[in-house]
Parts: sequence; structure tokens; C-alpha cells
Amino acid sequence: MSAAQKSLALHLGLIGGLFALAFILPTYHHGNFARIMVLATYAIGYNVLFGYTGLLSLGHAMFFAAGMYGMGLAMQYGGVPALPALFLGIIAATILAAVVAVLALRTIGVAFMIVTLMFAQTGFLTILYFGEWTRGDEGFVLQQKVRQIAGLDLSDPMTRYLAAWVLFSVALLATARMMHVAFGGVLVAIRENEERTRMLGYNVFAHKFAAVVISGAIAGAAGAAYGLLFGYVGATFASVQYSIFPLLWVLLGGAGTTIGPFIGALFMFYLIDYSSGLTSAYMLIAGVALVLLTLFARAGIAGEIKRRWAPWLP
Amino acid sequence: MDFGPYLLLASLEGAVGAAVLALTAVGLSLVFGVMRVVNVAHGEFYMIGAVVAWFVATTVGTHPALGFIAALIVAPLVAAIIAIAADRLVLKRVNYDPEATIVATIGILYIIQQAALMGYGPEARPVEPPFNHRIALPWYDFQAGEWFYPWGLGTTSYKLFVIAAAIVLLLGFWALMTRTKVGLIMRATQLDWDMAQAFGIPVDRVYALVFGFGAALAALAAVLIVPIQQAHYLMGGDPLLLSFIVVIIGGLGSVRGTVVAAILIGMSDGIISVFFTPTLAKIIATMVVALVLVFRPQGLFGTKAA
Repeated sequence: MSAAQKSLALHLGLIGGLFALAFILPTYHHGNFARIMVLATYAIGYNVLFGYTGLLSLGHAMFFAAGMYGMGLAMQYGGVPALPALFLGIIAATILAAVVAVLALRTIGVAFMIVTLMFAQTGFLTILYFGEWTRGDEGFVLQQKVRQIAGLDLSDPMTRYLAAWVLFSVALLATARMMHVAFGGVLVAIRENEERTRMLGYNVFAHKFAAVVISGAIAGAAGAAYGLLFGYVGATFASVQYSIFPLLWVLLGGAGTTIGPFIGALFMFYLIDYSSGLTSAYMLIAGVALVLLTLFARAGIAGEIKRRWAPWLP
Repeated sequence: MDFGPYLLLASLEGAVGAAVLALTAVGLSLVFGVMRVVNVAHGEFYMIGAVVAWFVATTVGTHPALGFIAALIVAPLVAAIIAIAADRLVLKRVNYDPEATIVATIGILYIIQQAALMGYGPEARPVEPPFNHRIALPWYDFQAGEWFYPWGLGTTSYKLFVIAAAIVLLLGFWALMTRTKVGLIMRATQLDWDMAQAFGIPVDRVYALVFGFGAALAALAAVLIVPIQQAHYLMGGDPLLLSFIVVIIGGLGSVRGTVVAAILIGMSDGIISVFFTPTLAKIIATMVVALVLVFRPQGLFGTKAA
């Protein structure tokens, strides 16, 4: 098999496996996996910018939250049905990503991280400031009767799982395809050597801009879906912690690999789930993982597998 | 209360905030200037200072002043030791690579914060100030043509002490950097890492020292403020954000710019917080700093050649 066929087989295998799990998993893990697939979609969006383009954002929670609140506010106050609201959320995140991209891409390196962090913090504080509508930290619950698309009740566990599965599959295949065509190659070239890419005549800014917008849109889609599927919209999802999580997932799973975001989200979710049963200080795990990853495994799980055994890994 | 006395009160509160912020931010600025490391865990060293101050104050327990003096010595030491350990065990091993150090210090942030949650608990605990006299402030009534004491216009002797102590500490820091050999070595390392090493300066040890010293400054600031605020395991977030703002506005790595910016930001944060909501003050400050970084990356006071 050629590398392209192998990677297609891998992606379809993963998607097929997750579909099969819908009918096998016990109730508790069934719910967890639905959550993990939505969070992995968020990580896939983050990976487009961090893993492929080499831009480390510390503010992706603002896109996640823009999607979530774009969807949630439209449903709660505008009476918009679920499916249009989902798209409104994605549009909100896309517009925010475009604005942030224009401003933040004027900076590079450390300044880019701090600028994105500051923008996300502004977004978080703005949500708190308009607490009358956003309900701040407390958040608001979306009623079960409005969480329906074409008659399918999204609060039903199986429907919810399959909805999350569709979202994840689309994001995975779309980004895998994107990295297969020339556009993805340019992104990687920018990551490896921005100056040389410019010398070769590529419009570096336009590509970076597109990467931020695509990344923000996918993160927004994940945020909107999370709010819709689990029926809750709150400011916590805009906090710094939710900007750090995708970084952690992608680093753990393997930055710049297609399946890394899913692997990272899966491992971290269960690690935190397990340790939060033992102690309230479960974020300690996240801290230790971040330090250990930077020290010993910069490539992450999928990155190490790729390096050692499977160089074809996409 | 009229506008005038109210503004004076707000300025006093702002000055206390500015004093503590200047100390914290100078620590962050020093670390960034010399090591080129963005220390995201800086706020946690501040938190360590406050928490250790509480432990010391409750252990010594005879007179608040005794506990306070002990805390002034112990808290910065503890913070410095933890910081030096973090530098040796983590930052040095990733060769101070900018992106890796940011990710690593985020990890250190969570480790310290969550360790404090486990060891100290989720409660906010007060520390008794060493002395605390209420001082009523007079105000001149232009219509009646006499001085009077408006109700509610006052401060405490401890708050004035915090401002004075911060000024003394900052002057001491300035003298250390400009008048001593240690300061000279630190400045030499900042200017040219390679050349410093060629001249036999143990750059490794200077880095560890600077990282520890930066953390100690944050811890000192927290010891000063903890009798006014309370010690809590999540208290590191706000000073981190404000220090970032200050260091960026003041110009990355410029200590003088940092102090000026700390006074500016601390005062305006205090004043805006009194007249509007603290949230709005923070929204404005964060937005401004992001835009400063975008349009004037060298800071408002920095020079272009950096």
C-alpha cells in the first residue's frame, strides 16, 4: 500500500471503529466518548494552527466560546432552531478568528502567544461583564425540547454519540484532505521556514490568515456542538484553562499528525477523569503532563510512533 | 462623598496596588530581560509568598509583627528555592527555547497551584497586619474655606507602609543592579550571553539566580499585600495578568519602563475599579495591551532597537 492509501485506511478505520463503539460501549464510557469526540474536534482545529502552521496560540478558548455562545445566545434569546444556531455559532467564531488573525499575525513568536492570550482573556472578561445575558460562570442550560435537529433529539445518548461522531469524522477527513493538497504543504513549509517560503513566492500572510480562520472555525464548530449536545453554555469554556487544554491534547497526542489530537484528547480525558475521582487537584495531572512532554516527548504519542515505526503516518 | 475626596481615596487604593504591582512586575521583567524567558508561572510564586506568609504568621503566632518579619524573610526564600529547582530541573533542560519554556511554565503553574490546593486548601485566609491604625484624611472645603474630615476618607498606616516599603525595595533593587558586581554580571548576561560566558561568567548560575530572584520579588510583594487581601490558592492569576500588561507596556525587558508602567497601570486600575467595575477595568487594560503588542511591540517606552 502507498502512504496515501495507508493513511486513508487509518482514518476510515478510526472512524469505523468509533462507529462500532457506539453500540458496544457501556453507558458511562459511551457518554465519555461522545464528549471526547467533540473535544478532539476542538483539538483538530487547534492542530491546524499549532501542529501544521507552527503558530502557538494560547487563546483558542475564545473561538470555542464564540461558537458556543453564538449558538447558545441565538437559541436562548433569538428562538433560533438548533441547526441554524449551530451555523450561527460557527460563523461567529469564523468572524472572530478573522479579526484576531488580522491583528495577532502582525506579531510573531512569543508576542503572538501573549496577544492571543490577552484577546482570549478580554473575551472571557467580556462574557463575565455581560453576565445578565451570558449568565457568567454560572452559565445557562439549553432546554431539551429545543435541542432537536430534524426531529432527532440530541439529548438522547445514541443520537448524541452519532452527532459527535459525524462532527469528528468530518473534521478529521477535511483536515487530512487539506494536508494532502498543496495548501497544507505550504502551511508546513511556513512552520519549517517562513523566510524561505516567502522567498519561493508564496503569500505567507494569506496562508497564515487562512490557517487561523480554519482553525478558529473548527474550534467554533466544536464549541457550538458541545453546547448543543450537552445542553450547557457557560463562561468556564472561555477561561484560560480551555485554551491550555487543546495545547495539552495536541502535544500529548502528537502535534502535526492527523490522529494526534484524538489520541491526546482520549488519554487526557481519562487521566483527568480518573484523577478527579482521587483528588480535587486534578489539574495537577495536566501540569505534570505538560512539563514531562516538553522535557521528554516533544513529538507526542503519534509523533513518537511516526518516528520509530511508521514514517508514513499522516 | 464629593468627587474630590473620592478621587483621593481611589488614588490611595491605586497607589497600594501600583506599589505591589511594581515589585511583582519587576521580577517578571528581570527574568524576561536576562533570560528571555516568559515566565507564565510568575503569579504562582506570588501566591506561594502569600501562602507561606500565612503559614509563618500562624506558626510564629506571638505578635503579628514578629510573624510578619519572619514571613518577609522566609516567603521569598521558599519561592526562590522552588524557582531555582524549576530552572534546574525543567527550563535548563529545554535550553530556554522560547516556546518550550512557555509550555513548561504553564505546567509549572498548574503544579504549584494544585499543590497549594492540596497542601493549603481552597479557603481564603487572612493574615493579621503587624500594625494597623486608621488615619482619617482632611479635605479642604472651598465654600466654607476650612479643612474638614469627610466621612469615609481615610487610609490605614499599614497601607502607607506598603507604599513606602515598595519604594525602598525598588530603590534597593535599582542599587543592586547598577552599583554592585552581581548587578553588573546580570546586566552583562542580559546584553550578550555568549560574550559573558567568554569572560568567565557562569551563565548557568546567573540564570538560576535571576529566576530565583524574580520569584522572590513576587513573593515579597505578596507578603506585603496579604494583610490587606487574603491568601488563596488561585490568587496568582490577577497579578500575572497585570504584570504581563505592565511589562509589555513598559517595553519587554526594560526595568525602568516596567516601574513607570506599573505606577500608570496600578493607579489607573485602582481608580477605574473604584468608579466603574473591576471587570471593565480589566477588559480595557487587556485590550489595550494586546493592541500595544500588535502596533508597538517595543512597548510604549521602549526603543526600537531591541
